[in-house]
Amino acid sequence: MRKPRVHLFALRRDIPRWIYYCAAVAGFLLILGVWVWCSHRPTGDENVYLPKPGLVWTTAIEVFQDETVWQDIKISFTRVTAGFLLSAAFAIPLGIWIGSWKLVEGVTQPVIEFVRYVPVPALIPMLMLFFGLDELPKVMLIFVGTFFQLVLMVADEVRRVPQEFLSVSYTLGAKRGEVVRLVLMRAAMPGIFDALRLCNGWAWTYLIVAELIAANEGLGYRILKFYRFVQVPKIFVYLFILGALGLLLDFLFRKFNARVFHWADTTKR
Amino acid sequence: MLQVRNLEKIFHGRKGRVQALTPTTFDIAQGEFVCLIGASGCGKSTLLNMIAGLEEPTAGEITLDGHPITGPGQDRGMVFQHYTLFPWLTVLQNTEFSEQLECNLDYDTLTSQEVEERSGRAESLLEVMGLGDFHNALPRELSGGMKQRVAIARALVNRPKLLLMDEPFGALDAQTREDMQEMMLLLSKTEGISVIFVTHDLEEAVYLASRILVFSPRPGRLVADLKVPYLIDRPATLKIHPEFLAIKRQLVDMLEASKTQGQKWDREALLKKVTREKTDA
Repeated sequence: MRKPRVHLFALRRDIPRWIYYCAAVAGFLLILGVWVWCSHRPTGDENVYLPKPGLVWTTAIEVFQDETVWQDIKISFTRVTAGFLLSAAFAIPLGIWIGSWKLVEGVTQPVIEFVRYVPVPALIPMLMLFFGLDELPKVMLIFVGTFFQLVLMVADEVRRVPQEFLSVSYTLGAKRGEVVRLVLMRAAMPGIFDALRLCNGWAWTYLIVAELIAANEGLGYRILKFYRFVQVPKIFVYLFILGALGLLLDFLFRKFNARVFHWADTTKR
Repeated sequence: MLQVRNLEKIFHGRKGRVQALTPTTFDIAQGEFVCLIGASGCGKSTLLNMIAGLEEPTAGEITLDGHPITGPGQDRGMVFQHYTLFPWLTVLQNTEFSEQLECNLDYDTLTSQEVEERSGRAESLLEVMGLGDFHNALPRELSGGMKQRVAIARALVNRPKLLLMDEPFGALDAQTREDMQEMMLLLSKTEGISVIFVTHDLEEAVYLASRILVFSPRPGRLVADLKVPYLIDRPATLKIHPEFLAIKRQLVDMLEASKTQGQKWDREALLKKVTREKTDA
């Protein structure tokens, strides 16, 4: 029997799974290698701005033995999730309306497009004036940062539902409300949840901005504090925590979508 | 049964007005299988959409059993070319989709006989269409032919008076298409339903239709109304029968003659060029 040829460099061709995983590991090793090389000093002493991986590792063990890091993760996670959920709770219904009715689109979309281009950090002063200095302005900043993007993405997903789905529903006797409820919303759901996944990522990026507002704990706040005391290894540890949290949440979202929307044609996403 | 009177459709686009269908008049009787053929842009799909109530005519009137058509309704089922099964529902749920709709839950206007009759209707339709073992399958697990059979079952479940089909077998391979044609022919007889079937496949039209309406493009115009003199039982071998081929030939000529400037290429000139180049070489 002829051995199947492996096309490693053919455009868009699949490669064997194990090679793919090896490549993924190689990617991390490459970064690690560059890191080791860059942080190396011929004199043997520590580079203040780029600590060696070993030092970051020992610092990580230290950091995780302390209560603070868990407190930081907890508060940051709460802020992000509160802002994200608030944003989803308003963006999903509004997005569905915009995608379903041109009139709603006409009223809201230009306004949303306008607000979307206002840089979110520029809103900090107003948010502080409106919502004080507690948790609320931080959550609202994450809300503002994600809401306007999410609405438009949800609306796009609804608009992407094939017109034939609507036509067929009408000929089966469906009323307008039934078409929205039973067809448009259902058909757009996998796309909407994928938008939520991306949006959750953005929510985390706005966390750092949000924690500029009179915070005294949280992952973003802590990084700024480490910076003030030039505790670079700790900054690295916290960056890794942020990356790992993002990866974990993304993974959970993907798993959830694959399970709940198992009917969707996975080749399309 | 269906009366189309001076039906006209004009689209107002960015490039000005386009007459998709010039005033058209015809009747369709109970039990007829009518195929609409014509080059693309002849307004046949627009006509079908207007009968379905999905598009509004610019002028003219359509009545079904004396009632004017003002919008889509359950008395006209529709099947599209592209697979329109709802991917999140199983085969049976797709077929029974309309049962949950308000118009079917209004027990005040339904007789107990109607309610009783409806239960089991989806199952029995799927059964005769060979999908009895696939009730719980999801659309993505089905082949193209199976998907279209489910779509047909779904359209028939409410016992429409008229089934509208827009190139329903256009995306299927030749073998599956022949199989589907035969099924459709028998199904229309057992259901005692009238069918309007848009296609660009002339063989399909002659094989299926009891009557063929030929349209010419730009602007869409009804140019011929042809009765096909065949019996109910049409074996697949009919397609090579001389009489069958003669009707097909006639349709080819008609469509060729209806072509407008710009749609035709100069056969003579091209042929001359080919022979000249051959002799040169």
